[in-house]
Amino acid sequence: MTDDTLEQVTKREYRYGFVTDVEMETIPKGLSEDIVRMISAKKEEPEWLLEWRLKAYRHWLTMREPRWANLRYPTIDYQNLYYYAAPKMKAKPKSLDEIDPEIRRTYEKLGIPLAEQERLAGVAVDAVFDSVSVATTFKDKLAKLGIFFCSFSEAVHEHPDLVRKWLGSVVPYSDNFFATLNSAVFSDGSFCYVPKGVRCPMELSTYFRINAKDTGQFERTLIIADEGSYVSYLEGCTAPMRDTNQLHAAVVELVALDNATIKYSTVQNWYPGDKDGNGGIFNFVTKRGRCKGVNSRITWTQVETGSAITWKYPSCILQGDNSTGEFYSVALANHWQQADTGTKMVHIGKNTKSTIISKGISAGHGQNTYRGRVEILKGAANARNYSQCDSLLLGDQCGAHTFPYLDVQNPTAQVEHEASTSKIGEDQLFYCRQRGLSSEDAVNLIVNGFCKRVFKELPMEFAVESQKLLGVSLEGSVG
Amino acid sequence: MSKDFYIRGRRDMLEIRDLHATAGGKPVLKGIDLTVHAGEVHAIMGPNASGKSTLAHVLAGRDGFLVTKGTVTYRGKDLLAMTPEDRAREGVFLGFQYPVEIPGVGNSYFLKSALNAIRKHRGLPELDAADFLQLIKEKAKLVQIGESLLNRPVNEGFSGGEKKRNEILQMAILDPAVAILDETDSGLDIDALKTVADGINGLRRPDRAMLLITHYQRLLDYVVPDFVHVLYDGRLAKSGGKELALDLEEKGYGWIEQERKKVETR
Repeated sequence: MTDDTLEQVTKREYRYGFVTDVEMETIPKGLSEDIVRMISAKKEEPEWLLEWRLKAYRHWLTMREPRWANLRYPTIDYQNLYYYAAPKMKAKPKSLDEIDPEIRRTYEKLGIPLAEQERLAGVAVDAVFDSVSVATTFKDKLAKLGIFFCSFSEAVHEHPDLVRKWLGSVVPYSDNFFATLNSAVFSDGSFCYVPKGVRCPMELSTYFRINAKDTGQFERTLIIADEGSYVSYLEGCTAPMRDTNQLHAAVVELVALDNATIKYSTVQNWYPGDKDGNGGIFNFVTKRGRCKGVNSRITWTQVETGSAITWKYPSCILQGDNSTGEFYSVALANHWQQADTGTKMVHIGKNTKSTIISKGISAGHGQNTYRGRVEILKGAANARNYSQCDSLLLGDQCGAHTFPYLDVQNPTAQVEHEASTSKIGEDQLFYCRQRGLSSEDAVNLIVNGFCKRVFKELPMEFAVESQKLLGVSLEGSVG
Repeated sequence: MSKDFYIRGRRDMLEIRDLHATAGGKPVLKGIDLTVHAGEVHAIMGPNASGKSTLAHVLAGRDGFLVTKGTVTYRGKDLLAMTPEDRAREGVFLGFQYPVEIPGVGNSYFLKSALNAIRKHRGLPELDAADFLQLIKEKAKLVQIGESLLNRPVNEGFSGGEKKRNEILQMAILDPAVAILDETDSGLDIDALKTVADGINGLRRPDRAMLLITHYQRLLDYVVPDFVHVLYDGRLAKSGGKELALDLEEKGYGWIEQERKKVETR
């Protein structure tokens, strides 16, 4: 019993490491214009969308993978991946009963029995299973309010005008290497449109699962909140154990019009790699929200405990006057995980406000890097920003790094930045133990205290799940 | 807390036999013999580096302190074989000399978690937030701790006096059988000292034993001990009643050294 106290906090394997044996329909490995056409054809997409994909693919060929992040990982062979894998299905299921029972069982193992959710929680679930949406519940209920919530693929067919208008309006196809790749080969994701003045009565959510070996997940999500509307969206994911790294390059676009609010919460638990750093998901995500309208508001809240590599900067473009952007994040890097994450707040309109609260926890040999950018453009009069980025180090083999960028081009701006670094001391642990708490409970207590400010912003169910997830993820961390 | 916990008729709380221990590899305790019964308050005095804090930490089970010889029996059980949290759950409380801060963890929430861990261990139902709130408000009066301190993170921004009072509050809530108070009086002015002393006195019970570790006699004016022991160079060089503390105050620790030499040369 030495500095092992933190070390011994728990020894537990990644719970969700299992594979489902379902007939997968896959397109051959590699990426080419033909593959892009195949993907589009399988989804029976209209010509304009195929053209968009091809433009992106051709642009991608001219781009180079960014390597400026504080991340070390082996070169990705883009030709050695499958870009599409969908469970074979005969026709679209009209009810949950029609879904492949194996798939249903998968979701139950993950603790999200669709049937129960349908009855109890009242949360509409758009369940994505390896690139294709399997079930969309509550579509009808929401439809009565004029809310469209369905898979992206469905939206392309049922709401093509909306998709066409807003796709790429926040993250253009040429934005960055991974977003461009996504734009060429995106498989599926969620689509949501909330009409004027409507407050979405329930939290919308989606579950993902990466299954087929060597398959990249390229989700595409688009959420549009029309004038005066409100929507809260939950994104939560798990993934099975794998030997080779899996690539995840998603794009999420949010658009908030006048007086609209979008709240986007993520609890991410992708496979982080085993305790020797093998396997694990590579998560290169582009998430961006456009506060297009006056008085609009977009809030990103996330708890990230998974992935071997994370590259992710949920951002807000504060275009409309009086708009607000918020970012609340807890990011954990344990064992050999590496995270280079943060946010960008771009102040364009007048009287815009942004808040950044980032809590990074490093344990084991984890490396956590916060990269934030606050840009106050010349015309952004009276902009306000508050940033707080705190790091907690558990043990002496991990690292926390901070790269804040503040670019202020308007003299009326008020920008505040605070940062702190701390660790859980042996004396704090002993104090807790001497009061009757186990080491494990003591670490969880202290870590939760550290994260409290962020957990407060999460929708209730997510807050509870997050606390548990953090506890599980810290298992086996070195003291 | 269940009265059955304090086994009726069980008088022996702590039996320390020939205890030897090292701190950071260096021998500090060189053969401590001490018996403490329920209802008794023992004062342990001694000059700096005599081993007072080491004794406290060894009894609490802290890492970095190794017992090289001897036994400690707590209410018939082998204390040294228990983890720190089990010792706490069995009723051993250490009032820290330098209480640490725990940012982000509310004082009241922390105590509720601790109390419920102890209650669970004893097969008692956990207290819910409402019941606990009532309990802590009541106990807080004992040491004059206001509501604001109850909601602040543990010890964060507390003054020296507030930290020491908070230790006594924790003792009041966790209701131990043996309380070891490690220099609870250090760094306190007279008023703070009186408040802390009142709190300690308010917690004296026939079924509870206390070990007051102190450098100065001052605290013992207010918390009158039944026994005084002088820890000198790793051993209990002298024991007596409360007058011993006054003798020490008058004659200084040098006197103990002389007394010891007298014994050795006899």
